[in-house]
Amino acid sequence: MSLSFMIAQFLNGLASASSLFIVASGLTIVFGVTRIVNFAHGSLYMLGAYFAVTLMQPLLDLSRSFPMFLLGLLVAAALTGLVGLCIEVVLLRRVYRAPELLQLLITFGLVLVIEDLVVRIWGPLELLGPRAPGLRGAITIAGSQVPSYDLFLIAMGPLVFGLVWLVLHRTRFGILVRAATQDRDMVAALGVNQSLLFTGALFLGGALAGFGGALQIPRAAASPQMDIAILTDAFVVTVIGGMGSVPGAALAALIIGQLNAFGIALLPKSTLVLVFVLMAGVLIVRPYGLLGRPEPLSLRVAVPEGFTRLMPPTPALWLMCGLVVAALVVLPLLADAYSQKIAIEVLIFALAAFALAFLIGNGGVVSFGHAAYFGIGAYAAGLAVKRLGFGMEAALLLAPLAGAAGAAVFGVFVVRLQGIYLAMLTLAVAQIVYAVAVQWIEVTGGDNGIVGVWPARWAEGRVTYYYLTLGVSVTGIFVLHRMLHAPFGYALRAARDSAVRADAIGLDVGRLRLLAFMIAGAATALAGGLYAFSKGSIDPTLLAIPQSVDFLAMLLIGGIQQIGGALAGAAALHLLRVWALPLGDMWRMVLGLTIIAIVLVSPQGIVGGVAQLVQRQRRARTSS
Amino acid sequence: MTLLVVKNLHKAFGGVAAARDISFEVERGELVALIGPNGAGKSTTFNIVGGQLAPDRGAVELDGVSIVHKPPRAIWRLGVGRTFQIAQTFVSMTATENVQMALQSAATATFGLWRSAHALKRDEAVALLDLVGLADSRDRSVGTLAYGDIKRVELAIALAGAPKLLLMDEPTAGMARGERGKLMQLIVSLARQRGVGVLFTEHDMDAVFAHASRVLVLVRGEIVARGTPAEVQADPLVRRMYLGTYVGARTAGGDGAGGGA
Repeated sequence: MSLSFMIAQFLNGLASASSLFIVASGLTIVFGVTRIVNFAHGSLYMLGAYFAVTLMQPLLDLSRSFPMFLLGLLVAAALTGLVGLCIEVVLLRRVYRAPELLQLLITFGLVLVIEDLVVRIWGPLELLGPRAPGLRGAITIAGSQVPSYDLFLIAMGPLVFGLVWLVLHRTRFGILVRAATQDRDMVAALGVNQSLLFTGALFLGGALAGFGGALQIPRAAASPQMDIAILTDAFVVTVIGGMGSVPGAALAALIIGQLNAFGIALLPKSTLVLVFVLMAGVLIVRPYGLLGRPEPLSLRVAVPEGFTRLMPPTPALWLMCGLVVAALVVLPLLADAYSQKIAIEVLIFALAAFALAFLIGNGGVVSFGHAAYFGIGAYAAGLAVKRLGFGMEAALLLAPLAGAAGAAVFGVFVVRLQGIYLAMLTLAVAQIVYAVAVQWIEVTGGDNGIVGVWPARWAEGRVTYYYLTLGVSVTGIFVLHRMLHAPFGYALRAARDSAVRADAIGLDVGRLRLLAFMIAGAATALAGGLYAFSKGSIDPTLLAIPQSVDFLAMLLIGGIQQIGGALAGAAALHLLRVWALPLGDMWRMVLGLTIIAIVLVSPQGIVGGVAQLVQRQRRARTSS
Repeated sequence: MTLLVVKNLHKAFGGVAAARDISFEVERGELVALIGPNGAGKSTTFNIVGGQLAPDRGAVELDGVSIVHKPPRAIWRLGVGRTFQIAQTFVSMTATENVQMALQSAATATFGLWRSAHALKRDEAVALLDLVGLADSRDRSVGTLAYGDIKRVELAIALAGAPKLLLMDEPTAGMARGERGKLMQLIVSLARQRGVGVLFTEHDMDAVFAHASRVLVLVRGEIVARGTPAEVQADPLVRRMYLGTYVGARTAGGDGAGGGA
């Protein structure tokens, strides 16, 4: 490796570190103040890029100069900041007291809505922005050509860091932001106007995201897919740096920028994996990131909000379950082929969502990467059939084993962590699996996936496959339900309520959580295997972030306080999707708005809302 | 053999020494009180004995077995039950379920995946709740109980492992005056009958001097006095450093009452 090549890669790494830092600093400030993991941060970045593309041409037509370009960047950033401000005032303000998972879900609803709006306004195709006047050429440094725009980017990183530092340390607003990041309750107790503070944080965060997006337009075209792509990068930077720490984000961005620059040169195929391995490594040594602090211990004695209360099943409940199963058994006699296909999918998602409820609701292990195990199951089944010549039956046995094995490997690292860091590591792990599926083309078929994964001959008929799915899903859900009410399920719930108390009565919290992770992984992978055979093909979208969010949404839309909520949520979300799909582009918007509406109107979810209504009526009847 | 031996314990947080050279012993059947102002290092000492914290130096032996650097779950299995300064219970469960959980753990049944846990060890759990005076509230969710009652649930949980040593961090916090005496009386009789050693902290000095067999006075991480309640009350250093306000207030109160009579 020559010196000039090393220098070129180093500068390239610095330029990408600058861009990463600018976006991630906004995310980390918003998290620090509001404690909301803002999935819509990537959408704000995308909006910044589109604003810049739109604004830049007329501005440069006025005067083709660098200051005009700079003005375009700043206006785009300010506009994005205003969007962030509106998001806070209209939506987030209403959910600060809601469980964290619901806050997260509402920001994901926004991701869907904004993505749809962008496609509507700017079209589905990529838009290339103008290049910066005066920075079009390249400069020769130590014998290698470095684009002058890269040098401009390298300068912007420290500049933005300096400005953010000044805002945080020299203004009253900044001091409050830092205080709130350390101890939000204390800041509230001191009588600080919190809504103003939160609105300001969202404006600042949005403006930084927008600025980051606008800066990219001379290098990369604006596209409706850029939101999720940057989101993962920004998450990784904030987690490695420590959530809420701006200097941490800077440090992490520098490390990842260099890792990407040199990783591409050394191991071209493994950069994605490399980044997430780094993240896992950092979190093992420092569970709160490089410069992060542990969350202040909450001293309140209360049921963890939004977590499952488990009641022994009543005869009425068994009767209801019996009726539902009976209805599902006669369904193929009444429904057409299309409805049978939908029903198969609902049954599969119900099993996967129930496994997630087992893990999150009962175990308190919040997984953002549930799709990984669904995908592992689907790929294990598909590869077993196509590459190893297995039959369907053997493949369906292999799927849960693969899921459990995957969960065991990742779970060892995951269950050591707490709260948001745990959730973020599950997301990172899912992205590793996704990267492997996309990049290991010889085995997985890359983006095209695997086709021709068909069931065994006896199960080919749609009705037969429906009954197979029904049998497997109902059995799986029943077994998970038994486990919830067995000592293991109790112990898992105990560890969720108070890990300190659980440890002090001899429970091995780590092992309990690991086993729960493996069981949920196995059940989800079994669902993934069933899904592969029902579709006949597999592709990496099964493992992607939106699929993971779908599972979370099923759980929360159905209601997490009742264990049956996941089942209702799986049915509701999938039916909504099927109904909204013919609307073309609109389906994302419909789905996003529905998610937002449910979080705002009935935060307990469908089953929780119904349970509340029933209770209220019962009370009214007894009092009258 | 002495039940608990703590030798030369030292623990610092950053530059602040929370425990300096702490040594004491607890015998079977006796109640040893650890008193001292806020921040004296009482909870630090408790957390080291319970395994929640690792000391920088020093030894902790239970029945001659070193338990220092063992995780809390292992220390529990060796016979140490504890309550926490801020009660730690399973708030989504009923009082009975909380105690059942501890009993099931004692019976190493917690990795059972099939048999229902609802009835498992229920009768024993109910008996323990009766013992601590919570028979009436046993089917209520712990999240809805008064703090004093949550402390009772914690005591029942701690007793579920049939401990040799009971660590109780402010066992009567949140209880009315009369209840405190009754609960301390219960602990004394449990200690005597079952030969359990008890190490406890308490802010209620009446409870300490009425029920403790021995008292250790901790100030800024150091044991500055030790002895029977009478000896400690008489210690001039203790009177000046710590009890001064207490004894003074009490005498003043007594005088006032005397004047009124």
